[in-house]
Parts: sequence; structure tokens; C-alpha cells
Amino acid sequence: MDKESLNLPGYDIPEDMQSAVAVTTLDRIYNWGRRSSVWPLMFGLACCAIEMIVAQTARFDLARFGMEVMRPPPRQSDLMIVAGTVTKKMVPAIVRLYNQMPEPKYVVAMGACASSGGPFKEGYNVVAGIDKFLPVDVYIPGCPPTPQALIAGLIKLQEKIDKQSIRNVRWYQKGPDSVEVPVPILGPDLIDPRRNPDIRETASRNEG
Amino acid sequence: MATTIPQTETTQPSATDLSARFPGIVSADTRPGFKGWIVPKQNLLEVATVIRDELGYDLLSTVTGVDYFPDNKMEVVYHAYKTTGGPGLEFKVQVPREDPVEVPSLIDIWPGVDFQEREAWDLLGIRFTGHPDLRRILMWEGFHGHPLRKDWKEGFYEEEFKPFKSRWPSGQFYMAEDKNPYHDNLGFPPNFDPEKYIPEGDALVYGSLTRYSVKNEEGLSTDHIIVNMGPQHPSTHGVFRAALMLDGETIMSLKPVIGYLHRNHEKIGERNTFLLNMPYTDRLDYFNSMANNFGYALAVEKLMNIPVAERADYIRVIMAELTRVQNHIVFIGNLLNDLGAMYTPALYAFEERELILDIFEAVSGARMMCNYFRFGGVVRDVPDDVMQKIKDLVYERLPARTEEMDRFLTENEVLVSRLKGVHVIDGETAVKYSVTGPLLRAAGVPYDIRRADPYSIYDRFEFDVAMRTNGDLYDNYLIRLDEIWQSLRILQQAIKQIPKGPINSQKPQYQVRVPAGEAYGRIESPKGELGFYVISNGKPNPWRYHVRAPSFVNITPLEKICVGNKIADFVALFGVIDVVMGELDR
Repeated sequence: MDKESLNLPGYDIPEDMQSAVAVTTLDRIYNWGRRSSVWPLMFGLACCAIEMIVAQTARFDLARFGMEVMRPPPRQSDLMIVAGTVTKKMVPAIVRLYNQMPEPKYVVAMGACASSGGPFKEGYNVVAGIDKFLPVDVYIPGCPPTPQALIAGLIKLQEKIDKQSIRNVRWYQKGPDSVEVPVPILGPDLIDPRRNPDIRETASRNEG
Repeated sequence: MATTIPQTETTQPSATDLSARFPGIVSADTRPGFKGWIVPKQNLLEVATVIRDELGYDLLSTVTGVDYFPDNKMEVVYHAYKTTGGPGLEFKVQVPREDPVEVPSLIDIWPGVDFQEREAWDLLGIRFTGHPDLRRILMWEGFHGHPLRKDWKEGFYEEEFKPFKSRWPSGQFYMAEDKNPYHDNLGFPPNFDPEKYIPEGDALVYGSLTRYSVKNEEGLSTDHIIVNMGPQHPSTHGVFRAALMLDGETIMSLKPVIGYLHRNHEKIGERNTFLLNMPYTDRLDYFNSMANNFGYALAVEKLMNIPVAERADYIRVIMAELTRVQNHIVFIGNLLNDLGAMYTPALYAFEERELILDIFEAVSGARMMCNYFRFGGVVRDVPDDVMQKIKDLVYERLPARTEEMDRFLTENEVLVSRLKGVHVIDGETAVKYSVTGPLLRAAGVPYDIRRADPYSIYDRFEFDVAMRTNGDLYDNYLIRLDEIWQSLRILQQAIKQIPKGPINSQKPQYQVRVPAGEAYGRIESPKGELGFYVISNGKPNPWRYHVRAPSFVNITPLEKICVGNKIADFVALFGVIDVVMGELDR
């Protein structure tokens, strides 16, 4: 971040101190720190994961954005790039991984499948978009998105982080968003525990 | 210009006349467009033993089921081949479609049917009697129904066949969520209560591990350790999970758990039209979309009995071999990753891959999901400047880079000590377990479909079938280098010979006319034998669309490969099988 965007306007800093002193808000310096070192979870589901790996390699080089440090354990990561088709069999593991990530945490839905189910939406084992379970920050279209598109999406995420304030981000608030997402159960079909009454009622009306 | 006629299969009538060997028992399949032999259920084991031992069909390539719902019967289809080459033998068992649908398991004759029979049980509900571990494989235990049955409907079911009437011709589409009573891709049995449901969990997975108990010299019984790896694990290739049982650091028992990327290719494929399936095949083995296109195009061309344009045949071979080169280069990079040389060799590998992807992007418009092949040819011609790029790559860049890789890695002390002598699989076991591809050739069996049962125009090129004999990790690494060199040889010949001319023998059309019948198209994909089994009933959609994925069949002996080795080698042993989850789970 350059001096102009870090400094708050309207504060006169003496000329000889300008190279050493900046006056800014907590939000700005905090966001600047976070947006410049977003560490993604090393986590790939399908085809998109290959393009995610390619985005790390020499030609595209995600390291320019401070995002090259892929962390295998969720406890060390800030960002979950859901790269690929979310299946019913896999979604309990994904939700668990998300719950294990420490806040602040972000989710990027990479590609058509993670955003909406994509070409496989009609499949019996496919979840039509990870946003049915997790709060998604950025959707990246494409099947698969090119590495350039992924980078564009991650820059959008940085812009989003820039606009946040610790006073009202959801993980420092009390409310439905600050609790863990309940882990879905694999039954005769995928059971979302948040929808239990609804499922019971519809199943009793449904004659088969 | 259209010269290559698709090879008509010589299964019948040929030297292997099963009905003469078993008069009154085995009969020929006489439905128009169908081949092979129909074996009664009670004679299956006897006939299969003769097929393997007397007739010499030692490699059972596929087992799959077909649901003939209107005729109220089910069929299990087997394709057997000889590792010495030549055409295959197809035999079938027909059983009435009444629960339980039972067919004897061939696991004692060909252990390689293990996972394929479990898949047929999972998706079609065919119970293989005598199978020791008949659990669901792609879906989870407790899932309702067998999804590939024709009367089973998914949550977002709209219509039997595409194009759906709501999209064409009426154009009044709606959200699938609006039609489903749960407003999601869900379906539950009537009066289902989620709060009272007790999930089956993983008890069966862990229960299937072989138990053992050891007493040490003081008479104390020692306990085993169960370790679960995956589905999210940094070094398994995608969402693969394995439940392992360890004695200290030695693997005693192992069960792979797959299906975490089961995207229902076959169910979707049976709703799609023939051409609509082409882009879906891209997403099977997403490293090698061109190779997948190739296999599917071959299968449907066999059914349609159409020739392939001469120039298109050469373009296909060029693309398929470029694919093989990039797959093997990335394989070597990833293998080093698995051994702990984190990322640097892979970065080199991906650099070369990018250059090959540039060519794919130039000809097809997409880097990874090329969707480039059409029935009778390819979709676009290769422009001259792209051909020049391919030439530069094939003659200069790739040989130089492969040699560099060879120079840096092959003699590397750490790599050699890590790879040499770690046994993967021997030739005999590999054939028994239906293993194909580099894994089989590294174990001393020179079986390459490009040579054993040539398809397309591979009979015009001079190349050697790469083979190594030790079957250890080091040979599995070396054979990839050998195959890169052979692919470059084929590429150099193809570039020299490629003629000018049309790139498709057919008119481009949205809906192809496919006569009724069955076809099994198979190619040597970089990972092994990739086969597509397609049944048409004369309608615009396939009645059955089955993918025989090399990754899926090649992991059948995974337990055999790993038992006795150290846990530290597990990732490398799994890595050399070279699986891609998109293809493994489909």
C-alpha cells in the first residue's frame, strides 16, 4: 500500500517526518495487513483445482498477491477456494474444514460447479453450489476459470476486504452467522440439519 | 479423402466360437448391432474359466451392467482381451429384473473385477454372489436406491431425455429448485424423519480392514493403529480417502474410500444426446481431455460406422500424443512432490504443460476442456502458425526439456534411494487385477493398445512399446520418460505425414443419427485403457453409456500394492498409479 492510500487526508504531518510517520485508522491498517497475506487452504476438489495450481506456477504467480502460501491444515488458512464440483458425499468434510478455519475467513466459489452445480447440477450426488452451506464472498465464473480469472476474483476479494470494518464484520458479532455451520449428514439423501422440520414435513406429505 | 474405415470388430465369427465349445449352453447375441455371447448364469464360472485358461483371454477389461427396464431384464457385460494383442471377446449374462438381481461374482477368476462389481452393485443393484466385500463404492452406505436403474429418478429430474421440452422448442425454462418439493436436489422416502435417523457412518469401512492380533515375546497382545487419510490430504491426488491399518510403520491392511467426486457422468450421459456427451468426457480425466474425446469419438463412430477424415486422424493423433507428453511430464513433477521435493520439480513440469495447453487453446478455444473431437473428425482445423508452434515444441523444446529432466532427476541420489527397490506390482498380479497402462508395462508386460489392438492410424507409425521389468517405483518413473520419447517419435512422424484436406467426413450437425447396437471404443490413454461402452437403441440418446476408467480399475490392487510397505511410501505408491479423481469417481 502506498503512502497516499494509507494516510488519512487532513492530517498535517511535518515534512521531515513524512517518510517515517503515517496517520491512519485501525480499519485501514488492519485490512491492509489481511488483504496482503490471504493464505488459501490447500484444498482442491476437481478440474478447477488444476487451474488453481497453475495460478501458483511461474507464468501466473499468485505470490505477487501474497497468496502463494497454500496451507494444508485449515487452522492456518484464511481463505477457502472451493475449486470444483461439490458432491453430497464430500460436503460434510467441506463444512467441517470451514468450521475449523479461524476467523476472519473467506470463501471463494471457483467455477460453475462450486457456484451453482454447473454442468453437473442435475446429478444425484451433486450439491447445486456451495452457497447452500457456506457464505460465499466471491463467485468466479468459468468451467474451469482460467488462472487469470481466478486472479481477477482474488483481487475482487481484496477489494472486499478493503471495505470491511472490524466494528461490523460478522465474526465479531453475535448472530446466526457467527456460529458454526452444522455439518450435514449422509442419510438416504443429504440431510441439512438446519432444515430438519422442513424435510420431515415435506416427506410426510410426499407419497413416494 | 476419407480413407480410414473404423475397424469392424472380429469378435464373431472368429476362432473363438464359444457356442461350438459349449453347445446348447452358450448362444450368440443375435440382436441387430450386438456382438458377443450370452452365457447362462449357472454356467458363468465354468465358461469364464475356459475363456481365461483355454482361450487365453487373460485380461478382463470391463464389467458393467445394463438395465433393460422395458424388457424386464438386466444384463452384465464382460469384455476380455489377450495381453498378447488382438481383438477381444465379449460375453454377457442376462437375468430377470426382479429383486434380488443375482449374478455369480468372477472375483476368483479375475480379481480385477472387485471394484467394478461393487460399482455395478452400487449403481445398478446387481448383487454379485460370492463377492467377499460387496459394499457401495461411489455412493455412501444408506443411500436410497440404485441410481443408474432406468426407473430411478434424481431430485432434479425433469424429463427422460434431452433436449428438455422446456428449453427447446418452448424456451420456457424454470429453476430446477422450483419443481422439487424440497426445493433442492433431494429426495427422501415417504415419512422420513431426519431427527430419528441414525447414519451408518464409517463402521463398515473400518470393519472391512483385516483384523489381526500380535503377541510379543512377553505374551502381551499389541494393538493395531487405524489411520485415516483424506479426503482432504495435501498429497493424495484430489479427494481420495484411504483407511489404513498399521503395525508400527508397516501397512497391514488398506481400504480405499472413493466417490467424493462422483459426478454422475453415466446418469447424465444417458439423458444427454450423443454429441452433448463430448464436453462431459473432457471432465473425466481433466489432465487429458483430448484423450477422453478420442475414446468416446471412436466408440460412437464404431456404432455409426462412419469413416474419419484423413487429416483429422492425424490431428487426433498429434493431440493425443501431446496430451500424453504433458501428462507424463506433470506426473514426474507430482511424483517428486509426493516424495517431498515440494513444488520445484512440479513448477518445471507445469512450465512445459503451459506451452502444450497454448496449442490446445489455439485449436479448440479452451485450455483444459477442449471439446475438440467430433464424430467423423475434429471441430476446427489446425492453422499453419499453430502447426509451426507444434513443430518447434516437438523438435526442439520438448526433447531438450525432457533431457534436462532426465539429467537432473534420473541419477539423483535421493530420488534413486527413495524409488529403487520399492516394489509396486509384478506382471502376473497386474494382469490378474486388470491393471493397464504404464503401471502394467513397468511390470514387464508390453501391453499397449496402440500396438496390441491398433485404433485410428497408429498402425502407420514406427514406435516401440516402452517396457521395464522390475516393477518398482524407479521403473515406474523411468517408463514415463521412455513413453515421452516414444510419443515425440510418433509426433515427429505425424507432423511430417499430415496431409491437407477436410477435417470431418460428416456435415457438422447438432443431432447425429446413431443406429441401434452396442460398441466398445478403447484407447491407450496416458493412464491406461480408457474405454467407452455405448448402447444405442436408435433414439437420439444413448441407452447405456459406461466409462471404463483406467484410474478406477488401476486402484483395484491398491491394498495388494501397499501391504508390507511403509506408510511413508504410501503416497508415492499411490502416486505412481497416476489417478485423477474426475475419472476415478466419474
